[in-house]
Amino acid sequence: MRKPFVLIAAGLALSAVLIAPAAHAATAGLPGEWQEWTPGNDITNTASLQRGAGNFMGYCAGCHSIKYVRYSRMGADLKIPEDQLEALVKPGSKKNDYITTSLSAADGEAWFGKAPPDLSLITRSKGSDYVYRFLKTYYVDEKTVNGTNNLALPGTAMPHVLSALQGAQALKTVKKDGHEHFEGFEQLEPGQLTAAQYDEFVRDTVNFLEYAGEPYKAKRISLGVWVMLFLLLFTALAYLLKKEYWRDVK
Amino acid sequence: MAAAPDNAAAKGGFRAWLNKRLPVDEFVESQLTGYFAPKNFNFWYFFGALSLMVFVIQILSGIFLTMHYKPSEAEAFNSVEYIMREVEWGWLIRYMHSTGASFFFIVVYLHMFRAMMYGSYRAPRELLWIFGMLLYLALMAEAFMGYVLPWGNMSYWGAQVIVNLFGTIPVIGPGLVEWIRGDYGIADSTLNRFFALHVIALPFAIAFLILMHLVALRQTGSNNPDGIEIKAKLRADGKPVDGIPFHPYYTIKDLVGVGVFLLFFCGVIFFVPTFGGLFLEKPNFEPANALSTPDHIAPVWYFTAFYAMLRAVPDQQLGALLMLLAIVVLFFLPWLDRSPVKSIRYKGWMSKTALVLFVISFIVLSYLGLKPASDLYVILARIFTAIYFLYFILMPWYTSVEKTKPAPERVTYHA
Repeated sequence: MRKPFVLIAAGLALSAVLIAPAAHAATAGLPGEWQEWTPGNDITNTASLQRGAGNFMGYCAGCHSIKYVRYSRMGADLKIPEDQLEALVKPGSKKNDYITTSLSAADGEAWFGKAPPDLSLITRSKGSDYVYRFLKTYYVDEKTVNGTNNLALPGTAMPHVLSALQGAQALKTVKKDGHEHFEGFEQLEPGQLTAAQYDEFVRDTVNFLEYAGEPYKAKRISLGVWVMLFLLLFTALAYLLKKEYWRDVK
Repeated sequence: MAAAPDNAAAKGGFRAWLNKRLPVDEFVESQLTGYFAPKNFNFWYFFGALSLMVFVIQILSGIFLTMHYKPSEAEAFNSVEYIMREVEWGWLIRYMHSTGASFFFIVVYLHMFRAMMYGSYRAPRELLWIFGMLLYLALMAEAFMGYVLPWGNMSYWGAQVIVNLFGTIPVIGPGLVEWIRGDYGIADSTLNRFFALHVIALPFAIAFLILMHLVALRQTGSNNPDGIEIKAKLRADGKPVDGIPFHPYYTIKDLVGVGVFLLFFCGVIFFVPTFGGLFLEKPNFEPANALSTPDHIAPVWYFTAFYAMLRAVPDQQLGALLMLLAIVVLFFLPWLDRSPVKSIRYKGWMSKTALVLFVISFIVLSYLGLKPASDLYVILARIFTAIYFLYFILMPWYTSVEKTKPAPERVTYHA
């Protein structure tokens, strides 16, 4: 009775071979190494999350809301001391309010051509990798209104608000088989942070946004381990019970 | 059957009082302890009971979701995030429900495959199979409407594509689409009525069909991996020689299946609830937006085989018809199979090859439906759509001409 399964496996392997070349579809944007950059963040690292919260409130919250997150909840989850949390609360907001932005959608649209989106779920809809790449791949481009462009979101309406930290970088490309490829960035002007410090700044910010996307994520995973251990025990006992009951079936 | 109530009456007390008024013992006797199932059930026989369990999980988690969910264009998306963040254990309830939807289809597909493998649709179980197919249809409608409720961008555009399929029906199509939506586009009224159908109408229909499926099963008795009737060989007391009481033997065996199932189910809930964008799709974490189409619209994985067939045909009307046929043809399976034996174990090489190719075509089509419709994919979708239909079209021929092995007198069982 094993034969059909062997056949199915063989058939699937064959169809995988058929489909594989087509599956390697080109990702949009300039091809290159930057498309594989990942933040390597850790949502159980409270210190990183706290720094990320500070980064977000300092550099992002002026224009972007995270409207599903409350200050108080963020403070409790990230173990932010009471006095420091109060410093993060936006003027006019209270501790139990959702984290909104002072920039109205109409102003945002008038100033940038597009209202800055709410970022509560950005890591869930686009992925943490995307946010990380977005914040790392701004480059000088005189052809745009802002003077900068972005590899992760070409033609973005958002100016490089972190340029004071990162400095300015130019995009270097090479031609391979008639197509432009990403080669690297060249630092044009230094920022307040070194490349390594900026990388950590972005990683912490992405980490915080991943937390904001699913505040229970860390709890879900740690609880999951216990659930699995319980189920393993349950299944083992159920199996022994089954063997005992079925002893008389011949 | 008459013995149990007498015993209970002899005992006296509450049990006797109860049984005089409600046939509890009689029911347990006729449905569980006195219902004899073949003793040679294998791995594939877990999935019927598991489907029932997933149904219960969906109903229970669904009840708690409805306590906080708000079925309106303005509030639906926010209320789901409210459940995920501010309702106690809301995240767990929601992930149970969203993961349950995908697992429902996994167990139902495996359950259907089992029936196809061992000929469980064959006489005298044609109605059992048809009730099962109606359940599958109801489940598809239930899943589709449930998918619209979170009001994410993929909910919105998926609803747009699927509801528009009804527009391909000649003459009444456009009017019908408007009637389904209750508006000129997918809108508040659509969401509101899908909610009503999702939480009341379809669950009732499914519960009723499950009941009929089980009643029909009790009437014919279960098939088994050998595809022979255990009722043909009876003991002196009238019970099948190769049968064992459903309770305790299969209730306890199913407990092991439940344990293994829950390991997978909870593994997804706690560690990969989006399952890489397959169970919860990335664009659905953005609210519905009529002005922003997702880069690539595809239904959830359990519909993609049919979606690939739709896209394999250049003409949308014919494509929709083909999609419908792909499901309708399954209803006729009991009459297409002409083999003298039921189980794949004793059928010839042609039936075995056909079933293997069918499974492969379904899996490959499901994969293709998830991908953008590039040229190569469309060609592959056409090839595998043809294989899918050939399985049915050629069945009367290959099942009647091939050489089969004789089915055994007694079921194959090694303790």
